[in-house]
Amino acid sequence: MDKLILPKDKIPGLIRGIINKYQVYAPVNNDGITLFRQIKDPSKINLDFSNSKVPPKELLFKQTETLFKFIPGKSGKINPIDIPDEKTVIFGIRPCDAKSLAILDNIFKGDYEDPYYLTKRKNTVLVGLSCTQPDVNCFCTSFDDSPVSAEYVDVLFTDIGEKYYVEVKNDKGRQLIKNMNKLFTSANEKDEKKKKEVEKKSVDIITRHMSIDGVVDKLDKIFDNSLWKAIATKCLGCGVCTYLCPTCHCFDIQDENTLTEGARVRVWDSCMNPEYTLHASGYNPRPERMNRVRNRVYHKYNYYPKNYDIVACVGCGRCIENCPVNIDIIDVISQVKGVKH
Amino acid sequence: MNKNPYQPWLATIDDTREEVAGERAIKTFKLVFQDEDVKKNFTFLPGQCAMVSLFGEGECFFAISSSPTQKDFIEVSVMKLGKVTSALHDCEPGDILGVRGPYGNSFDVDVWQGKNLVFIGGGIGQAPLRSLINYVVDNREKYGNLDVIYGARSSKDISYKKEFAELEKRKDVNVHLSIDVEEDGWKKFVGFVPTNLLKVKPSPKNTIAVTCGPPIMIKFVIQNLLELGFTEDQIFTTLEMRMKCGIGKCGRCNIGNLYVCKDGPVFSYKQLKNIQGER
Repeated sequence: MDKLILPKDKIPGLIRGIINKYQVYAPVNNDGITLFRQIKDPSKINLDFSNSKVPPKELLFKQTETLFKFIPGKSGKINPIDIPDEKTVIFGIRPCDAKSLAILDNIFKGDYEDPYYLTKRKNTVLVGLSCTQPDVNCFCTSFDDSPVSAEYVDVLFTDIGEKYYVEVKNDKGRQLIKNMNKLFTSANEKDEKKKKEVEKKSVDIITRHMSIDGVVDKLDKIFDNSLWKAIATKCLGCGVCTYLCPTCHCFDIQDENTLTEGARVRVWDSCMNPEYTLHASGYNPRPERMNRVRNRVYHKYNYYPKNYDIVACVGCGRCIENCPVNIDIIDVISQVKGVKH
Repeated sequence: MNKNPYQPWLATIDDTREEVAGERAIKTFKLVFQDEDVKKNFTFLPGQCAMVSLFGEGECFFAISSSPTQKDFIEVSVMKLGKVTSALHDCEPGDILGVRGPYGNSFDVDVWQGKNLVFIGGGIGQAPLRSLINYVVDNREKYGNLDVIYGARSSKDISYKKEFAELEKRKDVNVHLSIDVEEDGWKKFVGFVPTNLLKVKPSPKNTIAVTCGPPIMIKFVIQNLLELGFTEDQIFTTLEMRMKCGIGKCGRCNIGNLYVCKDGPVFSYKQLKNIQGER
């Protein structure tokens, strides 16, 4: 790992250099909320944010994406599309959201590789930004992660005052700053110590904690508990918890067409929607909101960990922050752990 | 195999056959891949499925209802229920569909060699069993007794009528048909499939039972098989769910941590009993 220092006033120069070679997505202020958007002008970047409203997974796993085009009807004319493979940088991704991509990788890899996600993933450099202002509902530390972790990014920037402490983890990162080395200086022990201080300060801001020890086994035992009905009573079924979750990967596939041209598109879907599991016969294996609320919790903390040995939650807090009726996943898991069985 | 798993191969409808007419019509489509290499290399086992699409209408997951012993084509049997299946029912020979697959696991036809077999089907649930029945019949010497139990709402709703008639003529296959409600002229069993199973009373000794049909039927068939002395690992079923991708990514077909499209659709009752989740 290369440890470097970049003075803050060099950021615009760095971004301009990167824009020359890559498509750059970075947090911008969009009508009062922070979103990752493509930028052509470094001044548009806003690094003063806790986390983006929509996780940057939307850049790799698009909310709507064309799979291929066709001529509608029975003549069998398919036109493949070129899957975007531009060299791309996501600048300013939070360590929690970067981890969520590692969780999504398990889904989109496997026996059938998903070329739409994986092509973009392969061509994307993740430049992380250590989280120095965790939100009230952040709980990444519950999963032994740090808000300043470089584990899932290629390069990590940490704000240590007048300058950034920059960790370049791999060749993807080195390639990114090649020819711009003169903007950086080497970091010394004092800088390293400063990063540690920043980490401590940031970790101290995080007050919420989810205790996940034994949660997989516990959930195995309380599937039929009345708790699920009680939690679901509040739920409106709006699905915002799933749409804004950085690890949710469910999608629908639909044919969209006019009389003469069409496309098969995939769009984000949500297990909160009744139609999500509705059979053509009218039978629905998850007919009630209780079934759907329970499925969301089990998917994150029981089903996914059974398949991949890691909880499908990164503690970003978005589902808590955005739930219109204040369903709080930390509270749900703590209720789970409190059930006597 | 195709590099992009979402992009189907093209297949021409070679023939269609109306299995059941009326409101819940069932049609079997014989599909021939346009690409010679695909035609040659598309190999599958009984129980496996395919995603079939009509461009502009959408895609659905169907059990392949033909047997792998029949080469150069596949068949799917489709009940007219929703948007895509209704549009498929309007298709005719010569029309071109999209097909991708084969998906999912299969019946353990190799492991089951030398065993007696009981197949218990209801309604359109017979589609995957048809593949299996024809596979076993084409390899008849490798298996023991073969009982085929099948029921439908009425005599009109019985699918594969001609094939059942052919099977009934064979001495090495025992066919037990039933309808739910009494009808003039029907001399066979009247009642639900699980009840007919108790009447047929197959011996569990060295026997594998496979069932497919509506969820409620499967539930009672399994109950009755257990009552007849079948053990949990002698009972197999094949399930269906609403599906979109067929390859374990779109999320919706899960039962607990397993995806019916990729970890199923074939499950032993022993396996199923231990999975917690809505089905």
